[in-house]
Amino acid sequence: MSNRLRRESKNDKIFLTLIYIILWINLMIIVFPLIYIISASFSSPDAVTAGKVVLWPVDPSILGYTAIFRNNQVLLGYANSAFYTFFGTLLNVTLTVMAAYPLSRKDFYGGSFIMLAFTFTMLFSGGLIPLYLLVRNLGMIDTRWSMLIPSAMSVYYVIIARTFFQGSIPGELVEATYLDGCSDFKFVMKIVLPLSAPLIAVLALFYSVGQWNTYFNALIFLKTPSLYPLQIVLRNIMIQNIFDPTMLAQTDAKRMMERQGMRTLLKYSLIVVASLPVIIIYPFVQKYFVKGIMIGSIKG
Amino acid sequence: MGTNSSASQLSNISTFSNRNKSFKYIFKKKIIIHWQFYLIMLLPVAYIVIFQYIPIGGLVLAFKDFHIREGVFGSPWAGFKYFEQFFKSPIFWTLIKNTLEISLYSLIAGFPLPIFLALALNEIPGVRFKKTVQMVTYMPFFISTVVMVAMIFQILDARTGLVNIMITALGGKGINFMGEPGIFKSIYVWSGVWQCTGYNAIIYIAALSNIDPTLYEAAKVDGASRLKKIIHIDIPGISSTIVILLILSIGNIMGVGFEKVFLMQNNLNLSTSEIISTYVYKIGLIDAQYSFSTAVGLFNSVINFILIVTVNQFSKKVGETSLW
Repeated sequence: MSNRLRRESKNDKIFLTLIYIILWINLMIIVFPLIYIISASFSSPDAVTAGKVVLWPVDPSILGYTAIFRNNQVLLGYANSAFYTFFGTLLNVTLTVMAAYPLSRKDFYGGSFIMLAFTFTMLFSGGLIPLYLLVRNLGMIDTRWSMLIPSAMSVYYVIIARTFFQGSIPGELVEATYLDGCSDFKFVMKIVLPLSAPLIAVLALFYSVGQWNTYFNALIFLKTPSLYPLQIVLRNIMIQNIFDPTMLAQTDAKRMMERQGMRTLLKYSLIVVASLPVIIIYPFVQKYFVKGIMIGSIKG
Repeated sequence: MGTNSSASQLSNISTFSNRNKSFKYIFKKKIIIHWQFYLIMLLPVAYIVIFQYIPIGGLVLAFKDFHIREGVFGSPWAGFKYFEQFFKSPIFWTLIKNTLEISLYSLIAGFPLPIFLALALNEIPGVRFKKTVQMVTYMPFFISTVVMVAMIFQILDARTGLVNIMITALGGKGINFMGEPGIFKSIYVWSGVWQCTGYNAIIYIAALSNIDPTLYEAAKVDGASRLKKIIHIDIPGISSTIVILLILSIGNIMGVGFEKVFLMQNNLNLSTSEIISTYVYKIGLIDAQYSFSTAVGLFNSVINFILIVTVNQFSKKVGETSLW
């Protein structure tokens, strides 16, 4: 018996080693491009274009970064994105909780109908043009409102929040407080919200990452460059190659080659700068993301 | 006879008053008592009505000849003109083919990998290595689409990109990756796999952690190997999660997202990269053909809706798993 156990655990050891190898390869595939981009952003323009950078920075320089911070568009984009993310998330979380709590209550008459009407919009929507015309009729085109109001709430997160409330606010608590003559408002403010801190953290994180990263609403609703969020500024520079002359001004780049090198370096630096907020908060918040997905996965 | 009819009349009256009373009762006991909930719901419901249901109503645009001055409802009816125009246009099959190919390719390449990753991580005994792998593999998910595409462009750049530098160093000829229609879909799909595999594994990892530990103890007593445990305990334990996610993916097969494809498009690769959502954007907002664009979008939404309902119905019949 013990012999058999030992033999099988030897096979298992081989199997486990194989799994370790696969996971290590997986790890390297994920990490290598990230390290490469960071290293390239700290190298000199010539080293980047000549292909000398492989893993670590070559001829370390911060030319790319200084060029970025001379550019007003990038800084303005940063400020705009911060504004949209902050107020957008505030609105998102407030509306989501307002919708989800009553819907989580069995004694909320009509709740199942409202839930059905909400869920239907996840499966079928009016699409681009009707939404665009609506926002135009509301006079929101090319205003900051268009970045906040049309995306004020996501039904998907309402369902997640509702699931959380159903599971974590005990029914006896409801009955007991109502016997004490507590009103619905009071109950939400005094009991529900304090018990929902983890939910609110999860919602705020998911919504804010979404707000920071998206560019679609800005693409269709905004025309004035001073309102652009960072992602649109990035798109213009990195995807469409539209460079502000001030960014290349102080490189003394008269030769084409040097100018090309500077542009390439700038793009690497921009990738790093643009991802900085997410990179900084990521280690602190990643466990909440996992928690959030688990709340959602309890009941589809 | 007379008394009989009057009796039935009486009972009619009494049921009527009962119904009336029960309505009043519901109103009093169920609605009035929670008036504050209805007040709280007002704003979210208004949002859904205005920003979801009014645009759904706006879909009538697809059946109208839209003139800006006359508005959506004043414009004359066009019937199915714009749908016919779309079905007959040469781009119709290109769009369908590209949309389907991209999503099927993504599904086949991207769907199994998160399951493998979760199963592999589940085998790791220690906590530290497991946590490190999880943390690193989730990370790319939080890179924005614009930055992700910029990274692809930089690394695959025809002259300065790392891949081409390596190819030329090995004596090969550089490739203009983004200009090759034949490899657009592979770049799209595999960069997506790189970005999302870790994140998509989270839900399976959660499902695996919910498996009853006594099953593993029983397997241990029976002397089952690690592989046997995976096949007989892990996979059955997460099969309902797999089915639900598969339903969602298949239901969404005509709904390839706009953001990434649009950024990766250029004139050279358009023959394989134009999909329904990017086409809707271009003809609608850039060319201002509102009715035609709405018709194309409506066609896509209807197909999506039918797909997800059908797939869900199917899985309800075959297994016991369904979304609703």
